[in-house]
Amino acid sequence: MNSRVNPMRVTTPPDSKRSMACLPARPGQLAGAEGIESELPSLDTATIRRDFPILQRQVHGKPLVYLDNAATSQKPRRVIQALVDYYEGMNANIHRGVHALAEEATDAYEAARQRIGRFIGATEPAEVLFTRNTTEAINLVAATWARENVRAGDDILITAMEHHSNIVPWQWVAERQGARLKYVEFGPGGEIKLDEVASLLTPRTKLVSMVHMSNVLGTINPVADVARLAHDAGALMLVDGAQSVPHLPVNVADLGCDFLAFSSHKMLGPTGVGVLWGRRDLLDQMPPFLGGGEMIDLVGRERSTYNALPWKYEAGTPNIADVIAFSTAVDYLSELGMDRVRAHELELVAYALEQLGSVPGITLYGPDALQRRGGVASFSIEGVHPHDLGQIVDYEGVAIRVGQHCCQPAMESLKVGGTARASFYVYNTPDEVDTLVRALLQAQEMFS
Amino acid sequence: MSLDDLYKETILDHTREPRNKGELPEPDVATRGHNPLCGDEILLSLKFGSDGETVQEIAFSGRGCSISQASASMMTVGVKGGRLDAADSLGRNFKALMTGTGSGEGLSGNDDLEALQGVKRFPVRIKCALLPWTALDEAIETWRRASRPAMSRPLSASGDHPAAVS
Ligand SMILES: Cc1ncc(COP(=O)(O)O)c(C=O)c1O
Repeated sequence: MNSRVNPMRVTTPPDSKRSMACLPARPGQLAGAEGIESELPSLDTATIRRDFPILQRQVHGKPLVYLDNAATSQKPRRVIQALVDYYEGMNANIHRGVHALAEEATDAYEAARQRIGRFIGATEPAEVLFTRNTTEAINLVAATWARENVRAGDDILITAMEHHSNIVPWQWVAERQGARLKYVEFGPGGEIKLDEVASLLTPRTKLVSMVHMSNVLGTINPVADVARLAHDAGALMLVDGAQSVPHLPVNVADLGCDFLAFSSHKMLGPTGVGVLWGRRDLLDQMPPFLGGGEMIDLVGRERSTYNALPWKYEAGTPNIADVIAFSTAVDYLSELGMDRVRAHELELVAYALEQLGSVPGITLYGPDALQRRGGVASFSIEGVHPHDLGQIVDYEGVAIRVGQHCCQPAMESLKVGGTARASFYVYNTPDEVDTLVRALLQAQEMFS
Repeated sequence: MSLDDLYKETILDHTREPRNKGELPEPDVATRGHNPLCGDEILLSLKFGSDGETVQEIAFSGRGCSISQASASMMTVGVKGGRLDAADSLGRNFKALMTGTGSGEGLSGNDDLEALQGVKRFPVRIKCALLPWTALDEAIETWRRASRPAMSRPLSASGDHPAAVS
């Protein structure tokens, strides 16, 4: 019943373009994954799959093989039920009613904040701000903290593997405030070098904003080390956790960052909710984001005073139902255990890289060392454009993402127009990897 | 609806062996088309006859999926050696076919282009099929604008020197 990834099957593929360097030292230990707990009981994927109603459906007459988790994850029944329960049982506006429903809804909303905060190791719920998504969380920092703290001649440092949501807001800050936007390049294996980060930091660097786990390359960046370097240089550190919080154990104290942004929809929760976690002293000092109800204390004719944290940053009626259902998703992940989620994906991606590596003419992108890679496999196949790959495997029921993945600068660095990407989550199995590989071979045959 | 509706043998043939692929060494006009969604890019280069009204030579390069590559290949075959007006109306008819406002009768005699009809049923791929035609429109317009008043020959459209594009 358990996921049946056998690490012994991980061998160096004979004809992949790059050596994968993932021979296992012994069963239960993945090469390149030293230090990853190997004695963990595996996830019971068969049971998990039954929790996800959508996995029962067919696509073009074939069972759905959903490998587009980096774009958005599927939702367990429990999360969908949480939405129904909220609307059927306690729907009311929060923080502003004396009646029973308003009180229940307020309690549920604030309890959700507490549980989500605990999930990422926040010291207090007031540091957890709800936004619409990661994109809005990053924009919040750009529109508030950066507006007051970045001056002409200052630097903002990002990397060439950022998602557009961690590029465009900083381009705006740079343009508006006369600052410079600098990029840390990544190496051929998709890795960021710490000494290169250090060499780009100057006394004028105000912020380093970096993706924790790349949605294109799968690279897990050494953000805790970068945060130390940034702080030594007097800069703040924002971590884009859109891909890491769903897939790795993440603790803000261990990361040592100042801000962390992530999205509910990529971690089994509903769309429409994101989180900005921020250090309390910073959030206290920063100006508010949007103005309106909920975020105020006293409103006079000319000016107003603002509410306490976290409500200072949550103007208007928030996304109550989705926030509550998001906390149900977080509970689900906590019950699985994030270290087991990580171990499961590590085994899957190792297997996927091995199997994909046997496809003739394939190029795999991202780090060879598995401990620096998340459950993402980006690739291209000679002679078949990613767009065609995506379309053809769809007809085998396989959902993958193709194109630029909202990372045009990264595509430029890789010198490709786009890639195909398979990305894994708790319900994926080695059999699904096999289905993908078979479909890819079929696509290749079609164009040969 | 099956995958064979999209990937007809004619299309695969043009993808495997694209016609008029490459770049003309000294084009009268060169334009670049770009699909930001998938990063596809096409570079068209054209040479016109001494009358200024015939497409003497045309070539395409760049990167793209089978649909955009096949569409480009078929397009070059369809307009090469013909008059600009004919290229114009072929483009109009093809676009009408793709966007569902025409039935493709204006394409009669061009079986290859008719094979692209299946793309209509895959809405995300329509953009792919149209990419080269948009570039052709721009090339013709640039040529007409530049050649009409002075009959001078512009080097390239939209400021892109063809050699600068890989
Ligand atoms: C690394 C990364 N950052 C940011 C985002 C943006 O997330 P959202 O669209 O939920 O705002 C994504 C989503 O694709 C991502 O993968």
